[in-house]
Amino acid sequence: MTNVPVEGIAIPDIAHPEPQNNWRKYFSFSTDHKVIGIQYLVTSFVFFLIGGLLSMVIRAELITPQADLIDRTLYNSMFTMHGTIMIFLWIFPSLVGLANYLVPLMIGARDMAFPRLNAAAFWMVPIFGILLMTSYFLPAGTAQAGWWSYPPVSTQNPTDSIITGEFVWILAVAISGVSSIMGAVNFVTTIVRMRAPGMTFFRMPAYVWTVFSAQIIQLAALPALTAGAIMLLFDAAAGTAFFNPDKGGNPVLFQHFFWFYSHPAVYVMVLPIFGVFSEIFPVYSRKPLFGYKVVAVSSLLITTVSVLVWVHHMYASNTPGWMRMLFMATTMLVAVPTGIKVFAWVATIWKGKLRLDTPMLFCLGALIMFVFAGITGVMLASVPIDIHVNNTYFVVGHFHYIVYGTITMGMFAAIYHWFPKMTGRMYYEGLGKLHFALAFIGVNLNFFPMHPLGLQGMLRRVSSYEPEYAFWNVVASIGAFLLGMSTIPFILNMVGAWVQGKPAPDNPWRAIGLEWLVSSPPPVENFEELPIVVSGPYGYGKSDPLVENAAALKEG
Amino acid sequence: MDSSISTEKLDGAIAPHTAHAHEEDHAGNSMFGFIIFLLSESVIFLSFFAGYILVKTTTPNWLPEGVSGLEVSKPAINTIVLVSSSFVAYFAERALKKENLLVFRLLWLLTMAMGAYFLVGQAIEWSELEFGFSDGVFGGLFYLLTGFHGLHVFTGILLMGIMLFKSFVPGNYAGGHTGVDATSLFWHFVDVIWIILFILIYVWQ
Ligand code: HEM
Ligand SMILES: [Cu+2]
Repeated sequence: MTNVPVEGIAIPDIAHPEPQNNWRKYFSFSTDHKVIGIQYLVTSFVFFLIGGLLSMVIRAELITPQADLIDRTLYNSMFTMHGTIMIFLWIFPSLVGLANYLVPLMIGARDMAFPRLNAAAFWMVPIFGILLMTSYFLPAGTAQAGWWSYPPVSTQNPTDSIITGEFVWILAVAISGVSSIMGAVNFVTTIVRMRAPGMTFFRMPAYVWTVFSAQIIQLAALPALTAGAIMLLFDAAAGTAFFNPDKGGNPVLFQHFFWFYSHPAVYVMVLPIFGVFSEIFPVYSRKPLFGYKVVAVSSLLITTVSVLVWVHHMYASNTPGWMRMLFMATTMLVAVPTGIKVFAWVATIWKGKLRLDTPMLFCLGALIMFVFAGITGVMLASVPIDIHVNNTYFVVGHFHYIVYGTITMGMFAAIYHWFPKMTGRMYYEGLGKLHFALAFIGVNLNFFPMHPLGLQGMLRRVSSYEPEYAFWNVVASIGAFLLGMSTIPFILNMVGAWVQGKPAPDNPWRAIGLEWLVSSPPPVENFEELPIVVSGPYGYGKSDPLVENAAALKEG
Repeated sequence: MDSSISTEKLDGAIAPHTAHAHEEDHAGNSMFGFIIFLLSESVIFLSFFAGYILVKTTTPNWLPEGVSGLEVSKPAINTIVLVSSSFVAYFAERALKKENLLVFRLLWLLTMAMGAYFLVGQAIEWSELEFGFSDGVFGGLFYLLTGFHGLHVFTGILLMGIMLFKSFVPGNYAGGHTGVDATSLFWHFVDVIWIILFILIYVWQ
């Protein structure tokens, strides 16, 4: 028999057939959420490599105090494209890819609610990426105003042509926005309406809760950025004056639009990683998730608070004092639901039987770095500190602990953890551990030095600096190259294991969750019969239900 | 049994594929998805409104030089036509529910005509105004907001056209009419947005 889930578990197969690798389907307009999920993951990883190469150039430039490697224009386009690619082409799409793969399996659905919309949303990502890259061939090159694209810098036109790098940048980001909204409509509909019989909201895995919360943010906040982008496009290309103070416009209005989205967007990025933590810690500690319901609901609380704090990015934009205080207070409020989560994870690991496999190592590392970033975040949220370090490397350090240390590392944890499910093969544990060691050391060498640099006053987005900043910059650059190297074992692992890894059983980690009940990789429509869910997730306890059932089944 | 999750046969008689078509409420999904899409669209409009209010209340030279304000009476008539068309659309939808196809088509066509009247009226107004898109921040906001809304009216008419065309394909509305329901909802949405826009731009000068 091939893995028909019977009464609770799939009986471990004695003879595993070699999993089929039909790679062609990944190049087609497939509407299977699992294919689309992997398409997202692989595509975004390619962009991650491109974005990473750009950061190597930036760090190579910064190894010496002088700007001697590339000229100023090219440098500006390097960090602009680096930030844009990492956020819009790596973090967002890879998270959407993971959710695409997991959510229908986890809630017992056969697919997403709108499979064709899903495929269309995916295919916009490579289109967006390629469009963005073509701007390198424009006369004045790519956009150069940073990933936040503030006017008036972004609306200055260095050529006579309307088609500038900035113009292409806005179009590309708009496509990504359309794709994200399509995805959000799809996820929310799927989670609300496609759950298997018996799968109540409080029986959903915590990961599904985080995806749900994150996608609500997309629906509620992303349109504000769209509004801002439309106006910016007209300012840059049609001579309007929405943000042009010389003609009565208001440049700070753009900042409001931008941060009204981009602050909550950090939770779109980090919430699903919180979900990954909540899935992985219980499995590798053999304990139920501590305070599951509170953890689930805290995601929605984060969603709510996140749309109320955006002005903490604008303390230095001539914001009135009362407004600074107000937003300082709301920002501190985010610490409450976030703190609840951290507490729950620690309590989950506490006194558990820890298994330090690669996914667990990545999660532990990511959690440590998240706590560190949370501390610097609270520091930045307090007005006096922020006024001091605003626009310095301190900010760069803070958010890289989040975007690399937490989100990217958490993403790797997820990829390792669900790799056997996705491919039907086991990854190589040794290579995975090597990847983790290089990445963990690399991240800290790369991004820790940015904090002292920022406190000393080194500004961000510069290509040359005072010689007294040299030491920490050299350390950071070494860390960056180490980090670049760390992806090599990862690539070797993924490609090697997918092609000829050991066949994976259906449930290699003995985890609990609907996705582990189906074969590895799962069949086309996920479940031969839709499961009926009779109790909540995370039933790890004194006895291991999976094992018990297997024994019971063999007897019966 | 100590299992946290159990799988059981839902309906032994139904093969997986037929079971698939059977258990999902596709029409319900579509309507649900469409409603949350509209909620998201309203955030774009809300952002424009917020921007409009912020700039209007903080900019000293709000109107471009030589412009004293907007003429209200013609847009007011336009508004009445557009808002009434929402009621016509509602009755069209009701007729369809009662399977009275003829009345549905007539009322639906009337809704489209009223929408088109609104658009033509707006085009005429645009052509008569003495300021342009890039004349200061007021000009930009005026054309941006009315234009973006006009685009929605146009989309609505287009959608209604498609639904009308579909009503001539035999058997199309036998099982349900989510498309018509969604289009009609969209039309009400566009109308509500216009009422806010009208108050914001024309009444509050
Ligand atoms: C949880 C995930 C988080 C992510 C993904 C994140 C990401 C970011 C990013 C990308 C920036 C830089 C924006 C830019 O200027 O380009 C930033 C800045 C900032 N973050 Fe975070 N952050 C997170 C958590 C927090 C927390 C928990 C707080 C406060 C309690 C916080 C407070 C701030 C503040 C105040 C700034 C602005 C600093 C400045 O521009 O001077 N962040 N964050
Ligand atoms: Cu923020």
